[in-house]
Amino acid sequence: MSLAPCHFRMIEIQGLVKSFNDHRVLEGVDLTIQTGETMVIIGRSGCGKSVLLKHIIGLLKPDEGRVLINGVDLNRLSTRRLDGVRMKCGMLFQGAALFDSMTVEENVGFALREHASLSHDAIRQRVQECLQVVGLKGIEGLIPAELSGGMRKRVGLARALAMKPEILLYDEPTTGIDPIMGDWINELIITLRKQLKVTSVVVTHDMRSADKVANRIAMLYNGKIVEVGTPQQIWQSPNPIVQQFIHGRAVGPIQEGLPDPSVLSNWGNASSACGERLD
Amino acid sequence: MIARVGLSLFQTLEVSGAWAVALCEYVGSIALLFVQTVGGCFIRPLRRSALIYELWKIGLQSWGIVSIASLFIGMVLAFQSAYQMQKLAAEIYIASLVALSIVREIGPVITALIVAGRVGSSIAAELGTMKVTEQIDALVTLAADPVRYLVVPRFVAMVIALPLLTLWADAIGILGGFLIGTVKLGVLPSLYWKMTTIPLVLKDLTSGLLKAVIFAVIICIVSCFEGFRTEGGAEGVGRATTLAVVSSFILIIAADCFFTALFYFVWT
Repeated sequence: MSLAPCHFRMIEIQGLVKSFNDHRVLEGVDLTIQTGETMVIIGRSGCGKSVLLKHIIGLLKPDEGRVLINGVDLNRLSTRRLDGVRMKCGMLFQGAALFDSMTVEENVGFALREHASLSHDAIRQRVQECLQVVGLKGIEGLIPAELSGGMRKRVGLARALAMKPEILLYDEPTTGIDPIMGDWINELIITLRKQLKVTSVVVTHDMRSADKVANRIAMLYNGKIVEVGTPQQIWQSPNPIVQQFIHGRAVGPIQEGLPDPSVLSNWGNASSACGERLD
Repeated sequence: MIARVGLSLFQTLEVSGAWAVALCEYVGSIALLFVQTVGGCFIRPLRRSALIYELWKIGLQSWGIVSIASLFIGMVLAFQSAYQMQKLAAEIYIASLVALSIVREIGPVITALIVAGRVGSSIAAELGTMKVTEQIDALVTLAADPVRYLVVPRFVAMVIALPLLTLWADAIGILGGFLIGTVKLGVLPSLYWKMTTIPLVLKDLTSGLLKAVIFAVIICIVSCFEGFRTEGGAEGVGRATTLAVVSSFILIIAADCFFTALFYFVWT
């Protein structure tokens, strides 16, 4: 099944609600992602960004609402047709999620071996191409445990690229790697969009990365999208929630999970009390 | 007073209701996984290399420990029978007792318990780690069905390997009894062998092997199920492993009791 852009809106999320054990993580998310654009979803850790991303590739089923890929509701598809859609999507997981019982070559070539009727040599060549794109060479025989965090992430990206996807989903692509490699991955995301016309959804809380790769940014807060716009519009947003997040301030309307400021100011006295007790 | 009794009755009902729902959910999910797995066995191509690897892991790697355990159990059984038979001056029947108990009961159960502890735990730990590191999600995003990819090869390998291991355990157990009977208790080897083979009929062997197949299904499905529903990092993996082994043990012994009774009453 091809996802050829007969539809201008590649991904449409409508009224998405999802709960885990009575905790409502998403409370009616509406978001449209255009064909060929890079949408960055920002928000605090644990606010449900990854949950939203997993709905786009059908890893989670919505409690309410629906996700349309190229006009087709994922929930109404049979397993086989859903797999057809998944083959046109690539996902980079937060921890890379490489299969640790397989070598790098087997990891990157996994989908090709399972689904493409290619010869052994053709698969090997495609694997090498994908590894070259992410700047890795000569590590085909290594197993994931022998790789550094940055290398694992890049191998994960190569695996996502192997089937020439039309949609790429990135879960925190720059988290846990050094800033130089992080910037390099940003460049890669931009290149993929420009050269392969890939539609991308990037989930991150790294504002530098968001600024650099995004065509549009959407902010997720309290289970809803509170603002969508170009990076420029987001920086100029009058919404105090958005302003607090993008400037990374502890003071502002977002206070969930933050300790009471008086705890910090009382810390000196508290530690001296501890000191007395220790004496 | 009446209101208090009413309230506590209501609470008891609520708690027991929640338990019943959880139990139904557990049994239902395991049954669903079983059906999906059996269905997956008929989808081609079967991953032959994975199947051979699992056969090697389940069959050959458990071979040594199964041999040692069944040898000792055969010896213990011979001593235990001798203890009672000597009082009746009927040592000659030690051979028959050992052979029948091993082939019908001890062989399949001991082998299944060893494999559940050795292989079931490793299946749960491996699948549990894959779950918490999102590798199972990654499989799904690459359009590969985790049941077909991860459970089916283990299931087929287990259903082939466990009956074979059980046959081997039967043989070694009887050998253990033979060593004690002939060397220590003074029964003539030819007589011991005769008294082993005379009471054994094909039904004893097939009922034991049928049990082995059922135990194989229990071990594989329970361990894979616990692996798939792992949550919460290293602690979760530990919990899944323990649960897989404990549930397998209980289900194996319960199933053994059920089938022994069934064979006793129905298949005489």
